Amino acid sequence: MRRYSVFAIAREAMRQHNGWDRAWASPEPKSHYDVIIVGAGGHGLATAYYLGKNFGIKNVAIIEKGWLGGGNTGRNTTIIRSNYLQDPSAAIYEKARSLYETLSQDLNYNIMFSPRGVMMLAQTESEIRGYRRTEYANTLQGVETRFIGPNEVKRLVPIMNIHGPRYPVLGALWQPRAGTARHDAVAWGYARACSDMGMDVIQNCEVTGIESVGGQVSAVVTTKGTIGTKKLAMVVAGHSGHLANMAGFRLPVESVALQAMVSEPIKPAIDVVVMANTVHGYLSQSDKGEMVIGGGADHFNNYTQRGSWMHIEETTRALVETFPMLSRLKMLRQWGGIVDMTGDRSPIISKTPLGNTFINCGWGTGGFKSIPGSGWAMAELVAKGEPGPLAQAFSLDRFREGRFIDESVAAGVAH
Amino acid sequence: MLLLTCPCCGVTAEETEFHNAGEAHLKRYGPGSDDADYEAYMFARKNPRGVHFERWRHAFGCGKFFHAARCTMTLEVFGTYSAQTLAPPAEIAAKIKARRPEWEGYK
Amino acid sequence: MSHRLSTGGRLIDRSRSLEFTFNGKSMSGYEGDTLSAAMLGAGQVLAGRSFKYHRPRGVVASGAEEPNALVGLGEGQRYEPNQRTTTTELFSGLKATSQNHWPSLEFDVGAINSKLSRFLPAGFYYKMLIHPRAFWKHVYEPIVRHSAGLGRAPDAETRDADRYEHFYAFCDVLVAGGGVAGLTAARAAARAGKRVIVMEQTAHFGGRAPVDGEVIDGMPASEWVDGVLAELHGLENVTVLERTMVAGVHDHGYILGYQRVADHQPGADKPRHRLWRVRVGQLITATGAIERPLSFAGNDLPGVMLASAVRDYVVNWAVAPGKRVVVVTNNDDAYRTALALHQAGVTVTAVIDARFEATGDLPAQARAVGIRVAEGMAIRQVLGSKRVSAVALCRFDSDGGAVAETLECDAIAMSGGWSPVVHLWSHCGGKLTWDDARAFFRPDPARPPLGHDGQGFVAAVGSANGMMDIVEVLSDAHQTAQGTGEAPQAEPVPEAEMLPVWMMPKQASYELRAKMWLDPQNDVKVSDVQLAAQEGYASVEHTKRYTTLGMATDQGKLSNINGLAILSDALGQAIPQTGTTTFRPPYTPISLGVIAGEAAGPVFQPLRRTPMHAWHEAQGVYWEPVGLWRRPYCYPQGEESHADAVIREINQTRTSVGLLDASTLGKLLIKGPDAGKLVDMLYTNMMSNLKVGKCRYGLMCNENGFLSDDGVVARLSEDSFLCHTTSGGADRIHAWIEDWLQCEWWDWQAHVVNLTEQFAQIAVVGPNARKVLEKMGSDMDLSREGLAFMEWRDGKIADIRARVFRISFSGELSYEVAVPASQGQAFWDAALKAGAEFGIAPYGTEALHVMRAEKGFIMIGDETDGTVIPQDLNLNWAISKKKDDFLGKRGMERVHMVSPDRWKLVGIETLDGSVIEDGSLAPLPGVNENGQRRTQGRITSSYYSPTLGKGIAMALVHNGPERMGEEIAFQGKDGATIMARIVDPVFYDKAGEKQNV
Repeated sequence: MRRYSVFAIAREAMRQHNGWDRAWASPEPKSHYDVIIVGAGGHGLATAYYLGKNFGIKNVAIIEKGWLGGGNTGRNTTIIRSNYLQDPSAAIYEKARSLYETLSQDLNYNIMFSPRGVMMLAQTESEIRGYRRTEYANTLQGVETRFIGPNEVKRLVPIMNIHGPRYPVLGALWQPRAGTARHDAVAWGYARACSDMGMDVIQNCEVTGIESVGGQVSAVVTTKGTIGTKKLAMVVAGHSGHLANMAGFRLPVESVALQAMVSEPIKPAIDVVVMANTVHGYLSQSDKGEMVIGGGADHFNNYTQRGSWMHIEETTRALVETFPMLSRLKMLRQWGGIVDMTGDRSPIISKTPLGNTFINCGWGTGGFKSIPGSGWAMAELVAKGEPGPLAQAFSLDRFREGRFIDESVAAGVAH
Repeated sequence: MLLLTCPCCGVTAEETEFHNAGEAHLKRYGPGSDDADYEAYMFARKNPRGVHFERWRHAFGCGKFFHAARCTMTLEVFGTYSAQTLAPPAEIAAKIKARRPEWEGYK
Repeated sequence: MSHRLSTGGRLIDRSRSLEFTFNGKSMSGYEGDTLSAAMLGAGQVLAGRSFKYHRPRGVVASGAEEPNALVGLGEGQRYEPNQRTTTTELFSGLKATSQNHWPSLEFDVGAINSKLSRFLPAGFYYKMLIHPRAFWKHVYEPIVRHSAGLGRAPDAETRDADRYEHFYAFCDVLVAGGGVAGLTAARAAARAGKRVIVMEQTAHFGGRAPVDGEVIDGMPASEWVDGVLAELHGLENVTVLERTMVAGVHDHGYILGYQRVADHQPGADKPRHRLWRVRVGQLITATGAIERPLSFAGNDLPGVMLASAVRDYVVNWAVAPGKRVVVVTNNDDAYRTALALHQAGVTVTAVIDARFEATGDLPAQARAVGIRVAEGMAIRQVLGSKRVSAVALCRFDSDGGAVAETLECDAIAMSGGWSPVVHLWSHCGGKLTWDDARAFFRPDPARPPLGHDGQGFVAAVGSANGMMDIVEVLSDAHQTAQGTGEAPQAEPVPEAEMLPVWMMPKQASYELRAKMWLDPQNDVKVSDVQLAAQEGYASVEHTKRYTTLGMATDQGKLSNINGLAILSDALGQAIPQTGTTTFRPPYTPISLGVIAGEAAGPVFQPLRRTPMHAWHEAQGVYWEPVGLWRRPYCYPQGEESHADAVIREINQTRTSVGLLDASTLGKLLIKGPDAGKLVDMLYTNMMSNLKVGKCRYGLMCNENGFLSDDGVVARLSEDSFLCHTTSGGADRIHAWIEDWLQCEWWDWQAHVVNLTEQFAQIAVVGPNARKVLEKMGSDMDLSREGLAFMEWRDGKIADIRARVFRISFSGELSYEVAVPASQGQAFWDAALKAGAEFGIAPYGTEALHVMRAEKGFIMIGDETDGTVIPQDLNLNWAISKKKDDFLGKRGMERVHMVSPDRWKLVGIETLDGSVIEDGSLAPLPGVNENGQRRTQGRITSSYYSPTLGKGIAMALVHNGPERMGEEIAFQGKDGATIMARIVDPVFYDKAGEKQNV
């Protein structure tokens, strides 16, 4: 692989950039692989990358029905944070966040990780309690967060109106090393690194069936033919239920549309990521200058990548209320993605009823921020056949046992 | 923004008047049921790509729950029907079949 | 030099001159001008700078598709960045400033990027700025951010001076676009009696037809348009809206219209924008077509414009973009521009036509008036620095190596053919088909967007449907709208075939391709798209995201098709095989203010008020939001702190009497022959054996077994139970009960009614509570025996019909009195009056919390968080063992729920009497396998107890109830450790005597 650097750019600039290689190869599938990963989104590609890097397993195909990174990896609001309450969540999201810190260097691809800080506003007494509780938990989990007062909030975010008549800002949970990254670049960087290790990234290849022998997976049937494999990893987010059906089992997962939008670009106005859960809106400003705004999820099953307008309205109303200067900016584009929600809203990284078949799904609204940690944990599960410490709590059997990982608890219940 | 017709009061209204309440026709498993049945009742969901049966409540209208048959790929609503049913009625199944000949029927 | 022509201009009123400023420089235009027309008329071609290379930019279009001419408009509370000059109507006093440059528009330091452009190809930032690691956040990113972005951000404390509103509407047919196709369709639908709404994004109807000099039904198009409009305005079933753009098409026929009510009249007493939310039976998109630019070297220089835009400026506003204009084209339509210019007295130096032969009627007309037509030629390169000064020509079918000729000119009108505006068709899933002959995507009528019934609800007509001839346009619109009788008639103007041209010259060298702009705002060039293809970013979405093609504020209206064609060529595949990127709403950007609408400030969300809300407010209460309610947190007096107020309120209540507004508590009435059976399923306790006249505390769990709500149940009669819920839980629990009743036990004879807002509920609490009530006067016996603890009675107090519950959440003698909501304030006033001699005072939620904690009562949301089961809180006594079933029972049987390792409720006292931190954990030595510190407990509530004069807390602790008296360490402030003792959670009146007096 030709390394990317300022020197490479300078060299190519002198010869009309005709020396740049393909970022990833585009091979036809081989007849057999050690591992097939279905889904070339961030999670699937990261799984492949750490299979190669941490376990030396490189006879791997990552197959993708569309274009790589075209699912939720390329549709999210790019927030990276790890200020979770429950130990298993904090562990995997902090692992992801720490891997993001060095991912540009690891992949030799600038994914533009920007640890600009994430604040979650407390606008009710119960939110204060929830975030203080999270702060205490984070301290013991090795996640750097602190609760800050309204004046500190205003200092960090001058465009915020902290004296809103309905929900004045009472404080915030602040994670200074959280931030954003360039979402497409994460998929592209991993794909390039996987391709460089000799793995096959196969796009426009849809899985239509899963074959097994004696309860063990043997091959996947695709639109590019049947491909044999020793192990199968399903990493297809909203389409997990569909794939699980092919493999003969059901999941505690439902697919719903989650929306986001961007404004037209303006010069820098806000340097941190703000999440306001009471009023339902979150906001950051991209390096291009767009205000990147996340909306709410629909409550009905949906595979259309289009959501209902009321969520755009609700989140916009919340943000104009919180940041009045946004009122005269304009919405440039809105879109939707299909997120997979589990019974406790936490992900699944697990063995499945089908042998040598593993699943990674259910990230809901937390998918992008977890990509490196998720890939790391999933690679270990696939390589060893058993979950490591990061994945252990996220197994499928937790629903039967009642061992939930419920992150919504920090939000508190109104009394 | 879905447009739904409440079969109880007959009103056709905006999605904002309704609350979705998840998959329809789940059978409740209570005390004494085995683990697999209880787990399936609570968590396993069909989450189909295509014909889907779900529950809605006309929350900001008559307050009644009802069932809807809807396509999750196109959002087409085949019909709505009483919540007091254990399976889609024949007329709803016929409507779906007319629109989706490849549909294998309610399972 | 652009300039105003001495005659003509069908949209301007020369008698009304309007003054405005651009970058502080005074200019003038006419009423009817757009800002772009006025600027060009005043000779101002340079309008801004591009995003990446800070190249000089001039206006290129005349409408919504404009990528370049974006300005900051207005000042202060009315400042708006990134406003297109082409869609800004001129008004007197308009102030515009150009964007994205420093120190000035004419001299911009950032333009160095243009010189360095060979080092800044598509995706350069992915390949560099990687090392050293810390530099991205602290050095590179700030530079990138400051040079990117377009308009200046509004000031931090900006409060929009304008207001916005929402309209709701319904119609049978909504017509998007008020050109001749739209008007034809609207008239046909209207005459058939349908409810019709017509939305036209500009201030004028007719679209291109009047500019192009079409003749319809024997009259000039503008006259025909006026006639149709007059008819439509006269019909009651028709709403005609100008300055209203169909912004988005959403599922099931939900259409958003964006009406710019007062953008052209700032300060008028009107909402600035209005959002129309319309449910339509059918949407007819008559949105026309957009002309495509041509890709030739230097095509981004100010002075290079779309041929149709040049025609618009000349005909509509009497503005010529230059004195000597070169027209460059691959089709006949651009000759209309040459003819219009010629007719206006502007020199047309030549028409450069890429086709080997230009033999149609229009070229013939051009030749006839003496315009030179150069066939088979191309622009090799545009010469000039900040604007066009000349063009070098070459053979189209060449690599551009040889310059055939150089022509001096100061403007270029280009036409690469037309693309139907298919955005609205596509927003909601409509599919496109590629028209090879005319080289564009048009709606595929076989695959329209589907409505709630699975039928297509959108139809495209006219040029939006790929019809490029006026006769076709009119008949298509008429037929699609199911018009009766004849379609409007027009004279056909035959046009010869166009030649798809994606790049000129055809085999342009790299050097030229690196100067051909596809997306002039984001600075994406032909060479960038080719580089993306070379590097394997081969999906159209990859190319878009890698190069940023089509991601600018115009969302690729001019650039997408050209970019697609270049990509397809690079990949050696047909254009339809490459496909398009997804068209997403809105069609052009709409203000966030209009999306938010009127719901701002005090009416941001609905506010629920108890009957005594106004009284609390008048006391200077400190509010706490609880759902949509507000509850008094405390009532500070004078300079008193909140903490001091809480202490005072508790002391008053514990020593004498206090008053609590408990009206927000949920009150659900369950009634019917099977009411007892139902409450037994809803509560973990046995409720059906409760005696009439008695109250019982009960727990509700969800099917997972987790505690979800609690409250006191009163049996009102044999067949009715009044169930109290938490304030936040009332609506949720009501819906939950309805769910079970309607969907599971629908044969049970019971129903539930939410009475929460029917009653004011007031707790009179404290040792003197009974005295206060007795003084108020009652027909009930409220004595210890007359109304025993956990009983209720109906009667009158202070002549107000009242239901009195003898229940206590504070541990004191306590009466909760429910009165009709309308009598709430009267009862409250009477209680205050009667209690005056006891110093009666209201207390808020915080005092309530402290007093319940002193008594060891749990609070939903404090001790519970959705993962706690009753057993965790030692509430086993409230879980019936006699019942076969209740909601949550099966869930509690699971392995994890019966684990002996669950944390359980205890009381906590710090050794030094201080208040322990709420939410803090009890760490254990060592770490788990993820390196996280192990823990053995968590504080769920913590308060200063004024009654005990020290801190008290409740906690969930591993094996807690077996560890009474044990010392345990919790996290303190700032990383400190605080030592505490595990104690009984009941801190006050353990025997429960006080509530029983």
